[in-house]
Parts: sequence; structure tokens; C-alpha cells
Amino acid sequence: MEFFDRFAVPHPSPLIYASMVAIALTLIAVVIGITYFKKWGYLWREWLTTVDHKRIGMMYIISALLMLFRGGVDGIMMRLQTAVPENSFLDAQHYNEVFTTHGIVMIIFMAMAFIIGMMNIVVPLQIGARDVAFPRLNAISFWLYFAGAMLFNVSFVIGGSPDAGWTNYFPLAGTDFSQSVGVNYYMWALQISGLGTLMTGINFIVTILKMRAPGMTLMKMPMFTWSALITNVIIVFAFPVLTIALLMGTLDRQFGTHFFASTNGGMDMLWANLFWVWGHPEVYILILPAFGIYSEVIATFSQRNLYGYKSMVGSMVLISFMSFLVWVHHFFTMGHGPLVNGIFSITTMAIAVPTGIKIFNWLLTMWKGKIRFTVPMLYSIGFIPLFTIGGVTGVMLAIASADYQYHNTMFLVAHFHNVIIPGVVFAMLAGLTYWWPKVFGFMLNERIGKWGFWFLSIGFCLAFFPMYITGLDGQARRMYTYSEETGFGPLNLLSFFGAGLMAIAFILIVFNIYYSFRNSPRNVGQDPWNARSLEWATHNPVPEYNFAVTPVVNSSEAFWDSKKNGHNLFPDKFEKIHMPNNSGVPVIMAGFFFIFGFSFVFSIWIGVILAALGIFGCMAYRTFENDHGRYISVEEIKETEKKYGGAK
Amino acid sequence: MKELFPAKQVMGFVSSLLLTVVALCVYFLDMSFEVGMTILLVTAFIQAALQLVFFMHAGESSDKKAIYTNVYYGIAIALVTVFGTLLTLIWGYM
Repeated sequence: MEFFDRFAVPHPSPLIYASMVAIALTLIAVVIGITYFKKWGYLWREWLTTVDHKRIGMMYIISALLMLFRGGVDGIMMRLQTAVPENSFLDAQHYNEVFTTHGIVMIIFMAMAFIIGMMNIVVPLQIGARDVAFPRLNAISFWLYFAGAMLFNVSFVIGGSPDAGWTNYFPLAGTDFSQSVGVNYYMWALQISGLGTLMTGINFIVTILKMRAPGMTLMKMPMFTWSALITNVIIVFAFPVLTIALLMGTLDRQFGTHFFASTNGGMDMLWANLFWVWGHPEVYILILPAFGIYSEVIATFSQRNLYGYKSMVGSMVLISFMSFLVWVHHFFTMGHGPLVNGIFSITTMAIAVPTGIKIFNWLLTMWKGKIRFTVPMLYSIGFIPLFTIGGVTGVMLAIASADYQYHNTMFLVAHFHNVIIPGVVFAMLAGLTYWWPKVFGFMLNERIGKWGFWFLSIGFCLAFFPMYITGLDGQARRMYTYSEETGFGPLNLLSFFGAGLMAIAFILIVFNIYYSFRNSPRNVGQDPWNARSLEWATHNPVPEYNFAVTPVVNSSEAFWDSKKNGHNLFPDKFEKIHMPNNSGVPVIMAGFFFIFGFSFVFSIWIGVILAALGIFGCMAYRTFENDHGRYISVEEIKETEKKYGGAK
Repeated sequence: MKELFPAKQVMGFVSSLLLTVVALCVYFLDMSFEVGMTILLVTAFIQAALQLVFFMHAGESSDKKAIYTNVYYGIAIALVTVFGTLLTLIWGYM
């Protein structure tokens, strides 16, 4: 029994036991369901082994929605706990675990997955490619992300969740203060999914640089593709820092080194430093694709071309470099002198300038445009004022001397939710609604979608604006309860009420998917939104080869040109199409990675060694594998095109 | 015959051997920590540049511009990170 003792949750509560039962029941139900409907073969052939960028994108987005649910429940538990003074719904330890996992799940496993999912679905279509440059690598990226996410999520029923905050500062995260395996989970879950993200970065840079349709120069790429390129460049330069920091943290915790210890020549501040060297560019990794989506949506629904294309590109390039120059603003109060704080204060304020340029560009795109208030456009219009408030409070936080007042208060919590929710979450929901017909061939219901938008926006304002006030009044973040005399009670109750509205919005959005799946008409045609960029020049839903004929373009709005200016997008004839084969290696390899990570968390070395052998075995298999892909014949293409209604 | 002889690569190979010898001197000769570290850093960066240009053929394809932009960008970010960290944690720490 001694062996199994380590898997016990060190700090159990009825909630955790209930989750254990729920997880077990769900797993059993899923397995029985798939077996009963005889879907194992279908699942394996069509999804687990797929290398198709559209399907991988869909799997990313489904995972992201699941993680949004999980992170959202965490968020509501926190709001419930702090809704009234001296509440005892969660105890201090449980509350620590909840805010830690809320942060990681939302940033790494929800927002990142959503963004990479969007890029997967849209970027190859926007540049007229058949797939990404390395389809097999793309599948590995997804499955590594998935393995990391699952590893992180088993932590709260096996062994205990990390509880040192999503920033995981040492020495608190060291073995002296965090004895349970929680922080080990943090290290390995992030490490594994981070590897996947890094591969995605390389994959998409190559895809965008090498696989654009003839005629599409860099300055003729649609804006979302530009934002994806810049994002992936930041990924490739920022994620290695995280990889190394996590490795050093693992060595500290499991092998007795002293990188982040305060004794024996170690430096505990180095973790915070390295974490934010990655962490600040990460913020821009999240926001730039969102900016790209807004650019597409606002141009489409204002029926105007994007104002200031070159300045948009220029400001993104500037942001990509400047995002590496501001990281110290996350720990102004750590004790460095006025010179250091002054430098990083100024760089932080400077980075607001290119962001401001983009806001003005969107406003000027809408100026005198014929605006249609569809769901994606509502999210984009809602984003502009809300995000600007978040940006302005960010500049307030950038003033180092004033930051001593705001630091670690609810003011900061309000600020970053105010940039991330209207910035990233709104953008993802806008993109989801906008590109939904592209992927599934039917539209999401506009009425329910608009209800969802209003619930989310109003809920957001009610949930987070009160935190600005309580923060300025001195409510510290991560405090699991407070006394009645502080006077924080009423505003926190309001905040809980707002969180409830946001939960209703989430239910509406999920219900909308179900409702539209049942009721929406399936003949939406090729261009339901009267859109502008190249991805709309093929059928809905997109055939596996994307474009029957490689398109030839001469502007960033190739599809608009072909509709309005008589540009011939497809001058060539049908030719046989070279496609990659499916492969089971990525999902098997990610399985080994999961075992590797899990064994490492508990220091079960035999499991680590066996899983490592499995991982290298998969690599060796791939090295000697002979796979030249397959061809889709001209007849087959013609037949598919006929099914979509008329060959071009 | 002259076109077939890879003069550039041979030169690169000889230079990288030379740099290795210089770097080895740090171990065998008696010098202060600062001098040794400087020699190691300088030779390491020249060595990396040599490998990139002569043996990984960085400047020989149509992607020359993208490759060099990437390299310079990477160097800039590495310098900012290293010196920024030194500034934050050591030089500017009160």
C-alpha cells in the first residue's frame, strides 16, 4: 500500500471526492458510448491519426472550450468564496490550488489552444496552401499540448494540485514550502505542452514564409496571417526561456540543485525574472492573433478595406521586439533601484503607442463604413472601449512609483482580466462565429449569439470593474477571505453576480452550437458574410485539399477583388494533388510523453525510463519510415467539386 | 579543378580548429577568470558564426534575407535578455 500512498490527495475535501467520482463516471460513460456506437475505428482513422490542419484546429478548439469550462468553474468558485466576508466555502489551501490552476488552465490550456486552433484552421486557407508545412509535426504539437493539459488536470484528483500561484514564484514553489507533488505537475505539464507550442511556432513560420499562393508577397498577406507570423516568431524566441526555467525548477525540486534557492549561491529572484522574460512576450502571443481576428472582422462588416495596412504591420513588428523589453514591470517592487524601474517604466509606456495606433486604425476602418451588427462585429465593437480601459489601467500600473500602491492588489487582477477577456476571449468568440460556416458549413444562430454577447459583456463589467475599486482600497489578490470591517463585501458580491452572468453567457454559447447544429440551414453557400480574404474563395465546409486549384492573388483582399474587380483567382486547370498520409505515431508518442511526465512528477524512475524509450522508439520509427504521401486524382477532385455544386 | 575545390569550406575548417585551440588555451594557460571568460565568449560566438555561414550555408540560398534577419533578431533578443537580467538582478539592485 505504501506505493499508492503518494497518489492520495494531501488535502482532500468533499468537492474533490465528488470530482473524482464525476471524472470516473464520465470516463466510463465515454468509453461505453464509443464502444456501443462502434465508433473506435472512426475515431482512430478520422481524428486521432489525422494530420489535416482543419481537424487539428477543431480538436484544439474543442479542447479549449473544455478548458474554458474547467477554468471558468475555478473562477466562479473563487468569486463564490469571496462573495461575502468570512466565507468558509473553500479553505485557504483549496483556494490557493483553485487560483493557481485557474491561471494556468486559462492561459496555457484555454487561450493558447484557442489561438493555435484558429491559426490552424485559418492560416493555410488564407495563404492558399493545402496544409501546414509539416503536417505530422502539427499533429505532434496538438497531442503534446493535449498530453500536457490532461497531466495538469489529473493533478487535483491524484497527488494534489499546484498551489504557488500561476507565476509559481520560488522560494514558495521550492520543496521547503511546497512539499506535495503539485508544483512538479506544474513543471511537467507546462514543459510538455510548451514543447508542442514551440513546434507549432516553427511550423507556422515555415508555412507562412514558404507556402503562400503565387502572387502573395509578404505585404499582400491578410492581416490575420500577418499577426500569426509575428506571434509565431515571438513563440520561437520566448518559449525556450520557459523551457529552461522549468527545467531548472525541476532540477531544484527533484535533484537538489540550488538555482532558485536563497542559499548556496542560488538566487530566488531569478525564477521571477526568467518567468517574465517568457511571460511578457506570452501576453503578446495571446493578444496579437486577437488583433488579427478583429482586423478581419471589422473590415468585413464595415465593408471597407482595412485602414492603414502598413502601419498595422509595422506596429506588430515593433510590438514583437518591444515585448521583450518590458518584463521587469511585473516585479517593480522586488527591490531594484530607480534606474532599473525607470527604464522599464518607459519601455512599458512606449509599447502602448503601437497598440494605440491599431485602435485608431480599427476606428478609421469603421469610419463611414456600412456597418453590419453581426455577432462577430458586436464582439469587435465591444472590444475597443473595454480593451482601451484595460490598456489605460496598464499604463497606470506602468508608473513604477505608483505601482507600489497597486502591486498585488485586486486592481492588478482587474487590469489583466480587462485586457485578456475583451482582448482574447472576445476575439476567439468573434473568430469562432465568423469562421464557423467555413469549417462546418452552417451558421451559428445570430439571436442566441447576441444574447451571449450581452450577457458576457455586462457580466464582465460587473465582475471586474468593482475589483478596481476594492484593489485601490487595499484588497490584496489571492486572499481567500476578509473581515467585514474592511468593507469589501458589497463590491465582491456584485463581482460574484457578474461572474454568474458570464457563466450564463458560456451556457448560451454552448447551447447556440447545439441549437444551430439542429436547426441551421445547410446551404449557406460559399460566402455567407460577404467577406474579403482568400479563405472564403473555397467551399464551405472546406474539402480536405482546401483549394481544387492553386489560387493566384494580387492583393491582401484577393476574394473581394475576384468578386468586385473581375480578378481571376483560379486561372489554372485541375491537377492531381499531393497530400500527406495520416499517422498514429503522434498520438502514441504523446501517450508516452504523458506517462513520462506522470512518472517524473512522482519520481517513479522505472516509468520515466520506459516512457523515454517509447518516445525515442517513436522517433526512430519515424526516421526509418518510408512515407511519400498520396495523390488525389483529377477525377476524384472533379467528383468532389461536383458534390459541392458546380466545378470551377 | 579550381571550381571543384571547396576552398571556402577548408578555410572555415582550419579557422574553426584554430578557434578551438585558442579556447583550449584558457584551460592550459594560467589566466584570470575575467580574461578567460572573455576569450571563451568571443571564440564561441565567432565559432557559431563560422558554422552557420560555411557549413550550414546560411547565405547561399534565396532565403538569405529571412535567415539573417532571424539570426540578428535572435542575437538582439539574447543580448537584451542577458544584459537586462544582469541589470535587474545585479547592477541595478539596491
